[in-house]
Amino acid sequence: MDQSSSLKFLGSWADSHTHRVRLALKLKGLVFEYQEEDSVNPSPALLLHNPIYKKVPALLHDGRPVVESLVILQYIDETWTDDPIMHADPFERAIVRFWCHFADDKLGPAVGLVFSSAGEGQKAAVDQVHENLKLLERELRDGAFKGRRFFGGDNIGLLDIVLGCGSYWLAVFEEVMEVKLVDPDTFPLFHAWLRDFEEQKEVKETIPPIDKLLEHARGIRQMMLSLSTDTTTATTIGAPATGSTTSNNDAAVEEIGLLQESLVL
Amino acid sequence: MDPPSSLKLLGSWADSHTHRVQLALKLKGLEFEYQEEDAINPSPALLLHNPVYKKVPVLLHSDRPVVESVVILQYIDETWADNPIMPADPFERAVARFWCHFAEDKLAPAVGAVFSSSGEGQKTAVDQVHDNLKLLERELRDGAFKGKRFFGGDKIGLLDIVLGCGSYWLAVFEEVMEVKLVDPGTFPVFHAWLKDFEEQNEVKETIPAIDKLLEYARGIRQMMLSLSNGTSTTAPAAAGTTSAINVAVDGRSG
Repeated sequence: MDQSSSLKFLGSWADSHTHRVRLALKLKGLVFEYQEEDSVNPSPALLLHNPIYKKVPALLHDGRPVVESLVILQYIDETWTDDPIMHADPFERAIVRFWCHFADDKLGPAVGLVFSSAGEGQKAAVDQVHENLKLLERELRDGAFKGRRFFGGDNIGLLDIVLGCGSYWLAVFEEVMEVKLVDPDTFPLFHAWLRDFEEQKEVKETIPPIDKLLEHARGIRQMMLSLSTDTTTATTIGAPATGSTTSNNDAAVEEIGLLQESLVL
Repeated sequence: MDPPSSLKLLGSWADSHTHRVQLALKLKGLEFEYQEEDAINPSPALLLHNPVYKKVPVLLHSDRPVVESVVILQYIDETWADNPIMPADPFERAVARFWCHFAEDKLAPAVGAVFSSSGEGQKTAVDQVHDNLKLLERELRDGAFKGKRFFGGDKIGLLDIVLGCGSYWLAVFEEVMEVKLVDPGTFPVFHAWLKDFEEQNEVKETIPAIDKLLEYARGIRQMMLSLSNGTSTTAPAAAGTTSAINVAVDGRSG
């Protein structure tokens, strides 16, 4: 593959949007330099290249920044045209873009809410995740993706990357929270797709090992729970805690917020 | 060009996302059938073709639905290649897509918050709109869009359509709410772009007359104020008002 240009990629190791970009670069066989970012303390480079959102991922191509993971994925696909991750047909592209929007607009936030809530609120969040997964299951069974191995067809495509790079968090949360999110009986096709996706070589090389993710998630959940016991007014664990003044708590709240934002699948 | 009968648009007359699609179709010279939808009472066709969001706009091309306005715009551009609304260069496309995301993610909700709040809350919302407009102004003045007539260059492009089709609401709200949102002194380049955009033939043929929009906005604002005073308590009316507000105001339709 001809790659005479330079690629640098700012990301965070546990961030699903970072994984999206990393996986796309890998699928395209592109070489890049990687810089790990601390979400709570963004580097000068990140602030320079993503001044509006100040978040990872940011892709620098010959020094020019592209930000927002979906924008980056399409940029990669349009710049390096071998091994396309988007279909050529406009209607197919529209379907994929729609479900990417759904993933970031509905499914991701619902999953994040499962993680950041408890009790009745969490039960409602779990129901919401199930409602959203049902829509995807139906599309896999009878709709736009019927009969396909991946959302992209025979190969991983944009929607697989977008949905897949957050979907391993479902298993992480199931374990940390002891809730059932992807029951193979209720969502057989989604479950089968996810297992297939996770077995792909490039995916295994991209997603961190599950024990590291579990440790990371448990740590954040602990912080959330300890924050909620510090106050009597936070209705959502991880909401800015009234009266929390220590910098540790501020950092924890910020980290939780950033994790929730990164949990858009 | 496809025969006229193959394109049908489900939309709502005051909805900025509907206007985006109408404008794009007009810029491409495409004929289409239009069906007006009541946001509160979606038609069977709308529920069938957009079961996930149940909202306008929906474009039917030979009966196949495309939903979400930015998805529709790109579909139109990729299907009918003449008079492109997206730039050819991948980096410029990325820039356009980023600012479309910004428009939907930050600017539109801030504008909606101005409309649906009052007092101190509204003052905060206005400040938020100004912060967002400053970012655009800076990009127009010194950044990615420096020296361009439109965001798309010499001609209207995707970002002009996305930003422009909601920006006339800024003037509507300024009048209804008596707040200043786009001060030409503070946002000279943005202001100039908006006035230029609004003067384009296709835009004038797409956006409803300002007096109709003012009447519509005043009506919704009245409902909101009466709701907050607790004088309107019927659930369907409240739900309808909220739905109408969401549709018209912060672009929370497709």
